[in-house]
Amino acid sequence: MKKYISPSLRLTLVLIVLLAVIYPLLIAAIGKLTPGGGDGERIVVNAKVVGYANVGQKFSDDKYFQGRPSAVDYNAAGSGASNKGATNPDYLKTVQDRIDTFLVHNPGIRKEQIPVELVTASGSGLDPDLSPLAAKVQVKRIAALRHIDENKLNELIDQQTKKPLLGLFGPATVNVLKLNIALDASKK
Amino acid sequence: MNTEITGIVVSFLLTVLLAFPLGKYIAKVFNGDRTFTDFMNPLERFIFRLSGIDPNKKMNWKEFLKAMLTINLVWFVYAFFMLLYQDKLPLNPDGNPGQTPDLSFNTAISFLVNCNLQHYSGETGVTYLTQTLVLMFLQFVSAATGIAALIGLLNGIKEKTTNNLGNFWKIFVKTITRILIPLCIIMAVIMAFNGSPTSYKGKDTITTYQGDTVSVSRGPVAGFVAIKHLGTNGGGWFGTNSAHPLENPNYLTNMVEIIAQVLIPVAMLFAMGFYIRRKKFAYVVFGVMTIGMLCLLIPTVVTELNGNPEIAKMGIAQPTGAMEGKEVRFGPAASAYWSIVTTIISTGSVNSFHDSSMPVSGAMQLLGMMVNAFYGGCGVGFLNYYIYIIIAVFISGLMVGRTPEFMGHKVEAREVKIAALVTLLSAFLIKGGVALAAYFVAHHPDIAWAVKPSAWLNNPGYHGFSEMLYEFTSANANNGSGFEGLGDNNTFWNVSTGFVLILARFIPIIGPIAIGGILANKKYIPESAGTLKTDSLTFGVMTFAVIVIITALSFFPALTLGPLAEYFQIGR
Repeated sequence: MKKYISPSLRLTLVLIVLLAVIYPLLIAAIGKLTPGGGDGERIVVNAKVVGYANVGQKFSDDKYFQGRPSAVDYNAAGSGASNKGATNPDYLKTVQDRIDTFLVHNPGIRKEQIPVELVTASGSGLDPDLSPLAAKVQVKRIAALRHIDENKLNELIDQQTKKPLLGLFGPATVNVLKLNIALDASKK
Repeated sequence: MNTEITGIVVSFLLTVLLAFPLGKYIAKVFNGDRTFTDFMNPLERFIFRLSGIDPNKKMNWKEFLKAMLTINLVWFVYAFFMLLYQDKLPLNPDGNPGQTPDLSFNTAISFLVNCNLQHYSGETGVTYLTQTLVLMFLQFVSAATGIAALIGLLNGIKEKTTNNLGNFWKIFVKTITRILIPLCIIMAVIMAFNGSPTSYKGKDTITTYQGDTVSVSRGPVAGFVAIKHLGTNGGGWFGTNSAHPLENPNYLTNMVEIIAQVLIPVAMLFAMGFYIRRKKFAYVVFGVMTIGMLCLLIPTVVTELNGNPEIAKMGIAQPTGAMEGKEVRFGPAASAYWSIVTTIISTGSVNSFHDSSMPVSGAMQLLGMMVNAFYGGCGVGFLNYYIYIIIAVFISGLMVGRTPEFMGHKVEAREVKIAALVTLLSAFLIKGGVALAAYFVAHHPDIAWAVKPSAWLNNPGYHGFSEMLYEFTSANANNGSGFEGLGDNNTFWNVSTGFVLILARFIPIIGPIAIGGILANKKYIPESAGTLKTDSLTFGVMTFAVIVIITALSFFPALTLGPLAEYFQIGR
């Protein structure tokens, strides 16, 4: 065993420098060229940073499109999921409560119109997106509160919808933060 | 066809399409043929010189293993102390604390053995220094260790009679310089341009659009995510792993990460075919593994797309499928696909939370880890499969009444004993561990550990049992994913899974290499009409049957208490 110790120690040191220092620094240097400069892509409105494009944030006002429930209340310094099992009675009660709350806040919507993503917590607790359907089910509420035509809001959602990758792969999504920024802008 | 399904079909096809040329390239690298990465030669010579290594020295199987185990021990000691004292070391912009001794024991081992169970959360449990200098470093070297072990075994199979498995150091270093680094750089750049952070800046405090003050964790994520997947490690930079929008920003990165984690395990199979010049054998192995994967994948995708029957009863719409613990930008199909890929390969990264998967999916994820050889981890996947082959050869031999042979060498009592021990080990570690944990939950719920046994389980009933079963299965498979509701950061789980991790990593590496070494030493028997053809379809079916039978015998009772019982309960 002894004759392997010295090469082991020395090789370890060399590889730490190569793999854990040089490699990430190289990537950091390349990252400078990316949108956001490697610090994460931020969204600025009126010269003020209002959030990260990819990191979901909380909207509690009924005048805005609201994202999905979050197990960590959109705490971006401590992501987390609910980890609730599909048959857990407490969990199912939480879902039922969310459905009831949604119906109260969205008059005129029947429960079979509510997409499941609006009453279930995301994986990261920071899901930035909704499906177009989950955004559109909120149109009636927002149109009434803001006195905007429903069709106009639906068009807004269509404009903000990100199509599947190359039109072929994966679901279509709407970024909630960008949608709400566009919503405020359209009012003017 | 709907875009979610096309997404996963194309992901798989692309994986195979890329793995084939990569496999050819890997075979060339270890054959010493000329490749386009020969510009790495001077770097490799420099590394060997600095480390005082003679890369041309031959090693028999015992020397090969000694070199491998010694350097692994060095890494363990290094990682343990770094994690323990990380709060006193630099590069800790978020001011995170040091790890407790039992947690750093668990973390060090778990990254050492390519598992990456994470009983801490990335945002708060480690520092930028330990994330890069310890965890990311171990992600590189543990993957390279697995690949080197496989190449050692193949060196034994390749020659008619030999006691030379090649030079461990040379194979190991070349794995890093010729395979891992180039692929990682490509992938990290893709990640960076799609929105994964790369800088070392700490948390950013911002005011959100509606006026809340929120801190956003960041860090050099892109490079980490690359090796996390290419090396089938799976440990995430952030607590929620690849569900986190900075660790997996969009569907494109999701496809890249899904492809990256399967790429090297599949490429190693093709590489084997070229390397030992038995292509048909490699294709049959690939076929058996693919069928195994599909058996687990299809039920999972169907179940997740159908949604949760309990929620269906409430009368709302599940147009896409089950969404608890899943992200909208991936959708249930890609989440289901990932959950199977990550459990059959020993990655263990997640893009959705398995604790909230449907019971059938949970059972499939568990089975993927219990078999642990449908592609399997970097290098070690085939080592596990090799054990099943030895047993299949033995059983076939008994059935036709001849001495079993594999690749021109007689398989005798000693080899079969080793193979049987390795197989029995996983059943013992998983079920023994779960039994012990269940005992504490049932009889000593109030022991003063950091998390009391009464508070371990995040879900009641059968699903709670599944949480414990999953944790030990994941540790034994060196997988690293979890039913994350489990309160696992305490002495019991840190220590018990720590020991399971070590045993379940090194014994299934030592076993096959010992068998390979012993077989290679034996006299070569040329093939005759009576030889069992191990590259035939029949033998592929035979191996598959052996896998099914061993897994069923070992784990069926445990599965009935967890996910199967839950399945019969759901929607009733």
